[in-house]
Amino acid sequence: MFGIEPHMIEARGLTKRYGDKTAVDHADFTVRPGRVTGFLGPNGAGKSTTMRMILGLDRPTGGHVTVNGRDYRRLRAPLREVGALLDAKAVHGGRSAYHHLLCLAQSNGIPAARVDEVIGLVGLQSVAGKPFRGFSLGMGQRLGIAAALLGDPGTLMFDEPVNGLDPEGILWIRNLMRRLADEGRTVFVSSHLMSEMALTADHLVVIGRGRILAETGVREFIDANATSHVRVRSPRLDRLAPLLAERGWRVEAGDGDGLRVFGAGPAPIGDLAAANGLALHELALVQPSLEEAFMQLTGDTVEYHAGVPGAAAPAVPPGGQPAVPPGGPPGGAPGPAVPPSQPPNPEGRP
Amino acid sequence: MSHASPPTTASDAPRHGTFGQTLTAEWTKIRTVRSTFWTLLAGAVVVIGFSALWALLFTASYDQLSPADRASLGPTTPMQIAFYFGMVIFGVLGVLVITGEYATGMIRTALTAVPNRARYLAAKAVVLALVVLVAGMVVSFASFFVGQAILSTKDLGGSLGDPGVLRAVAGGGVFLMLIALMALGVGVILRHTAGSVVVVFVLLFVLGIVGGFLPGEWGATVAKYLPSNAGSAILEPQPGDSVLPPWTGLAVFALYTAVALAAALVLFQERDA
Ligand SMILES: Nc1ncnc2c1ncn2[C@@H]1O[C@H](COP(=O)(O)OP(=O)(O)OP(=O)(O)O)[C@@H](O)[C@H]1O
Ligand SMILES: [Mg+2]
Repeated sequence: MFGIEPHMIEARGLTKRYGDKTAVDHADFTVRPGRVTGFLGPNGAGKSTTMRMILGLDRPTGGHVTVNGRDYRRLRAPLREVGALLDAKAVHGGRSAYHHLLCLAQSNGIPAARVDEVIGLVGLQSVAGKPFRGFSLGMGQRLGIAAALLGDPGTLMFDEPVNGLDPEGILWIRNLMRRLADEGRTVFVSSHLMSEMALTADHLVVIGRGRILAETGVREFIDANATSHVRVRSPRLDRLAPLLAERGWRVEAGDGDGLRVFGAGPAPIGDLAAANGLALHELALVQPSLEEAFMQLTGDTVEYHAGVPGAAAPAVPPGGQPAVPPGGPPGGAPGPAVPPSQPPNPEGRP
Repeated sequence: MSHASPPTTASDAPRHGTFGQTLTAEWTKIRTVRSTFWTLLAGAVVVIGFSALWALLFTASYDQLSPADRASLGPTTPMQIAFYFGMVIFGVLGVLVITGEYATGMIRTALTAVPNRARYLAAKAVVLALVVLVAGMVVSFASFFVGQAILSTKDLGGSLGDPGVLRAVAGGGVFLMLIALMALGVGVILRHTAGSVVVVFVLLFVLGIVGGFLPGEWGATVAKYLPSNAGSAILEPQPGDSVLPPWTGLAVFALYTAVALAAALVLFQERDA
């Protein structure tokens, strides 16, 4: 399909400093074929910088990163191995989409027929002859993806590809990434939107302030970094809370007359309340979101364990969703936290 | 996706890129932006136009000129003056081929396609050199012939066969090519269109004027080596003492160009794109 080499991206001790600012700090990660690997991190975490280093645009201050086992700058026809969309606006405004793709194709010995093919793939036929400066954001994004697909590469990288796109465009990109991964390609896509990653990625590399915080499957990441809990509302919380705590379950103040109970499912909690003749107004299992997992991991881990309700509980906004401010995540994850240096290893990587 | 169409899949084609492919791509790039055409056209209009204008003024006022002024006319005088005003425009093209890519961000896209920076810059330089050499030759010969056509109305014209004239006119094309290459170097170093154009303008135009004001013998010597004076020595069919010998002058200018390109290459390879 796309050559016999395993198409992988491997970073080891990858570091980039701009003056005093450390943008990427000893990053170790591996991006493997056949799945969509999300590169998740808040703004300024170092995602774009890492991607620029992968592509040989920025020189690492320390460590190294290889594509298919080689330094990107040593690839003679890199577009045949890696297709990347870093910045959809990085096109000369006066050049037509067709000529933009043509010069890229020529530089890598890709036949001109392939240019027409990728233009068709992204649906830009009607504007291929028009200068790029008149392109909308969505058209630019499609052109960038056409350029990435030009060499039919085994590895694809997209930096925030859905930024600024309409729902149709977002869906299109999501499906495209899925398809590329299903074809056995390595797909590495960055985002600061956890919800987006939850929908597209199979695997995650999580970065915060330049450090790799986790390298794991999406499901495992959520399980490891955010625990589910049960939301309980009752007019008799004063009696219920101590009973729950007696069983060894962790109890935190929820909103209003609510409690958040960790360590038990709804059934034993309901049974306990019934056995004691306490009315329940709500008993609901709350599944953690990737958002929460992400914030618990990237926020400063000032963990707060409320033993009894009412004790200095952080405010939860009305509406009930357990929003977690990035600065200080309350209800810190009691589950197995992921140590930054030793990401969990569901693949059994040697 | 594309492996449905075997002839165009990546693995079928040779894996190694060649310098020829990079050249082809750079040729596509330079011919598919309008600034190339407009810059060359502007350069042609100014150089050929000034040559014609000066020749017209000279013939029109010939009867009132002093014998010394009349004697100062050489076969390439109109084009020498025209070059002084127009050559900077060929530098602008050299600047634009690279700063246009920095301004739009195209440089990053281009360098992911050709990550070998030395190869990238070399291909860019070769294509620019060829384009400006061809255009420069056309402009140089046209400005010579236009000037001569006008001067010959007063029987003042010279010909390509006169001593040193063919060398001067053909050398003019080479000089324009070197100007574009030096400007490419400046553009790579500064990465900014306006700043680079100003620097090229100062190097080629302002310094030449400054040189004329330098006092004494050392001043005259320094003036000879200033970029525009050294380079335009090639345009003198019969050089006097005030300029370097033609090939020496052009070689000095080529050396400046080489220094600019070498500095550009070092920075280009070191810097983040
Ligand atoms: N060329 C540069 N010079 C100086 N600092 C830089 C440069 N590029 C990035 N940085 C800094 O490095 C840090 C990481 O930036 P980067 O753009 O890689 O983050 P990001 O994860 O892509 O963020 P975003 O989600 O906003 O795109 C930021 O603090 C940024 O200000
Ligand atoms: Mg970014």
